[in-house]
Amino acid sequence: MIQVSGLTKFYGARRAIDQLNFETHPGEIVGFLGPNGAGKTTTMRILTGYMPASSGVATVAGYDVMKESLEVRKRVGYLPETVPLYTDMTVFGYLKFMADLRHMPNITNAVEEALEKVGLLERAGGYISNLSKGMRQRVGLAQALLHKPEVLILDEPTIGLDPAQIIEVRNIIREVGKERTVLLSTHILTEAQQICDRVLIINKGKIVVEDTTNNLQSNLAGGQQAQLIIRGEAAQLAPSLQKVPGVREVKLTAADSLQFSYESKQDPRPQVARAVLAANFDLLEMRLISLSLEDIFLELTREDAPKEAE
Amino acid sequence: MRNIWTIAKREFDLYFVSPVAYTIAFLFLFIVGLIFVINIGSLSVSQFGFASAPDIRIVTGPMAFLLLLTTPAITMRLVADEVRMGTMELLLTGPVRDFELIAGKWLGSFLFVLTLIAFSLIFPILMNRLVSPGIDQMHMLSAYLGVILLAAAFLGLGVGISAIFSNQIAAFFSTLVVFIILWWLVGAPANILPIGGEIFRYFDMSAHFYDSFNSGILSLGGVVYYLSLTALGLFLGTISIEIRRWR
Repeated sequence: MIQVSGLTKFYGARRAIDQLNFETHPGEIVGFLGPNGAGKTTTMRILTGYMPASSGVATVAGYDVMKESLEVRKRVGYLPETVPLYTDMTVFGYLKFMADLRHMPNITNAVEEALEKVGLLERAGGYISNLSKGMRQRVGLAQALLHKPEVLILDEPTIGLDPAQIIEVRNIIREVGKERTVLLSTHILTEAQQICDRVLIINKGKIVVEDTTNNLQSNLAGGQQAQLIIRGEAAQLAPSLQKVPGVREVKLTAADSLQFSYESKQDPRPQVARAVLAANFDLLEMRLISLSLEDIFLELTREDAPKEAE
Repeated sequence: MRNIWTIAKREFDLYFVSPVAYTIAFLFLFIVGLIFVINIGSLSVSQFGFASAPDIRIVTGPMAFLLLLTTPAITMRLVADEVRMGTMELLLTGPVRDFELIAGKWLGSFLFVLTLIAFSLIFPILMNRLVSPGIDQMHMLSAYLGVILLAAAFLGLGVGISAIFSNQIAAFFSTLVVFIILWWLVGAPANILPIGGEIFRYFDMSAHFYDSFNSGILSLGGVVYYLSLTALGLFLGTISIEIRRWR
């Protein structure tokens, strides 16, 4: 559905994206992950025909984004990062305007269907200026869904929403993603984890990792981690845990809890439990924790961290 | 073509919910009306013992000048607002050609100004009743055609210039400066230069209006001139949008 090869974009002398290659398939939700300024928005803007790339080729739904921009734009639904809304229009009026531009038949039905999907049907007659941020985001989403595009490109669709709204929007995306290709950018890793089939991690204009969400977790985890809660000062316990064979790293997470990582092959958990008791502490809890995408992400982008801090 | 109309309709509707547009409409019609009343009054009671019949120029003359001052305010927000609201990204990633966007913006503002001009018809109608045996209707048509063409050209240039700027104030003043140059300054060398002055006169926006249309003389050259300026403005706007993409 989306095919990108060697895509590069310069802003003046700065290389915003550098030789990007990836593709997405129909019925797939792909998460585009990366820190701010990694090149996510730039890539999306190129894919939607907003601006041309400096070099490289990208096709969306079989059309070249540079040479057949208009054809691409007909087939893509796009929600930019700052939701583009005419605040002086009513919700219905705005969507009708967009439907008109897309030469859609049966506009009233289509608009109502899109509003139904985002749960805003009862606000159709209200002015956009009177809507809350979450509702505006949903109007933007309705605009992107309006013409039932083959490809949906969403730039940070849940940014600035409250938790309840985030869940709502995620559900909508998951629903839509069953039939269509969705490329969504985010820097919230749990979000990618929850809704995406596949993740592209981009940093400084380059794709660092491309894998399914599940694979990513198991491959990169390497070792395992466990969380330990005790009664007493965890800091006093840490040195003796370090000595247990198989334990790689011990990290204090709170006054009474710590985390340790270990090789999955030689499971040292029984020894750890004994060591806790031997040191005269009460063991309240020990549980396995799986490496989150967050940790993976930090690991992958770590080498660049000092530079970013400038 | 359909997209031009869709965009034009939105712009046109927008003017009727915008306070700026109402202010402009009020000022425009109020000043034209004021000048009309003063002129009618002074012409009917001549101090020199003879009264001359007023003609359409007391309406269309001030209108042309007021268009010069108000059209920059009408066009300044056309592109700047889209940039401010972020909707530019929406239009540029929608299935709309750059030219359709600019032409639609122009058409919307043109329809708004046409509405204002239509309201001003009340003055010739009044004058027709006051003056016996009525006003010269061909002269009126010619002068009004001039005003309409002038409005088209002003708005075309205004849209073109506004597309260069992302800021309303910058768009307003740049447009005004261009208008002042075309209205007053371009024609000036025509009176000084011994030869070649004609070329400068041809580019003088005011000469085309006052010397032909407003004097009741329809000139094909004038029509071509104003339509060319309109086209130039729209072309400039389209190019600016194109450049925006590459920046």
